[in-house]
Amino acid sequence: MATIRFTSHLVRHRPAPLIEAAGGTVAEVLSAGMAGDDLLRGYIVDEQGRLRKHVNIYLDGTLIADRLRLSDKVGPKSEIYVLQALSGG
Amino acid sequence: MQRLWVGTRKGLFAFDPTDAGWRQAGPPAFLAAPVTFVLDDPRDGALYVALSHGHFGCKLHRSDDRGATWVELPPPAFPKSDAPDAPSLELIWSITPAGADQPGALWIGTIPGGLFRSDDRGASWQINEPLWTHPDRAKWMGGGYDHPGIHSILVDPRDSTHVSIGVSTGGLWITRDAGLTWTLAGHGLRNDYMPPGQTQDPLMQDIHLMAAPACDPDRIWVQHHCGIFVSDDGGLTFLESVDVKPSVFGFAVAPHPQDRNRAFFAPAIKDEYRVPRDGKLVVTETHDGGKTFAIRDKGLPQAEAYDLIYRHGLVIDTTGQNLAMGSTTGNLWCSGDTGQSWSLVSHTLPPIACLTFAP
Repeated sequence: MATIRFTSHLVRHRPAPLIEAAGGTVAEVLSAGMAGDDLLRGYIVDEQGRLRKHVNIYLDGTLIADRLRLSDKVGPKSEIYVLQALSGG
Repeated sequence: MQRLWVGTRKGLFAFDPTDAGWRQAGPPAFLAAPVTFVLDDPRDGALYVALSHGHFGCKLHRSDDRGATWVELPPPAFPKSDAPDAPSLELIWSITPAGADQPGALWIGTIPGGLFRSDDRGASWQINEPLWTHPDRAKWMGGGYDHPGIHSILVDPRDSTHVSIGVSTGGLWITRDAGLTWTLAGHGLRNDYMPPGQTQDPLMQDIHLMAAPACDPDRIWVQHHCGIFVSDDGGLTFLESVDVKPSVFGFAVAPHPQDRNRAFFAPAIKDEYRVPRDGKLVVTETHDGGKTFAIRDKGLPQAEAYDLIYRHGLVIDTTGQNLAMGSTTGNLWCSGDTGQSWSLVSHTLPPIACLTFAP
């Protein structure tokens, strides 16, 4: 199971606990981990499923490459960090 | 209870009347979040606030206890598309009750130019497809923002299926069947920065705000990028006010609720400046349907003022006695004598985007 951690800046607006979820891509893990909480999902991606312009996702320490479809491959022990960019504040 | 809601770059503030004037009522809600619109729904007392988080997108919240607690609602969403430039919500620019006979129903106008309806107090939203797919919508243009948007929504109190919207830029659109079909109106509006031959094209008009007095829904005032206009036929045709001092440029208009000939404006130097003329902040008022205008400056700064009043930053209450005006400089003024004189309420607020009196 991959692990999703959220920036405390997001937790200020919406409860976002540490989540463990399965999936082969960042999109699949986020979808599984946030199933049932569309409002939380809306803080990370827009209605088209694209990563918000001023949100970054690090996968095992590296910024993800695909911001449109979040198709970066995830391993079974991967760690996903969701955090706000320095831009957009 | 009288209350003034103040939406700012850094949260939602409440002000209540006291013997010493309007005073802030406790700490702000949503501290640090930019507030783009506030609706205090006269039908059920619900309070709706639209936010535009810098990082996390546009959000919508409702309070059923006058701001003590809030419930987050799903924001309107544009139709799914695989196109890389598919639209997504950029700003909630207007929220309007969909009629006294439509309990719980709301309209929202957004950037990009979507009109959305909820029939369940904001729990779900549906885009108005006939407007969204109208071929002329592709000709709308951004007016200050990257994409066009709907900032004004007028619901006819005599017939809630009759709705008019103002677009920046894209003119004035009217439906008489609750949004099934739409007609472009606004003949007589004039956009002098368009190429010759297109200045009076109703589709090319940059309406900054349109508003109607409660006493006469057919009397529509428009503060336009290029002037002040008034209609007596529900926005089908307009006459232009001329020779308005100190300027016809501005964003806001506040019609008097009981006097169809009376309205208030917040002028500025147009286009690339957008500051008060000669550093003097004034309100202009017409008593005669836009033929003449008087300058109201008592209590307002008359030197070195750089305040700009945004389109939702000048409001009048249902009595017509109280006005409020908030600026990009974070100054808030109120008038208790129908705009004849003004008192500074705060000079330390964040930039003010929108105001609304409790109904």
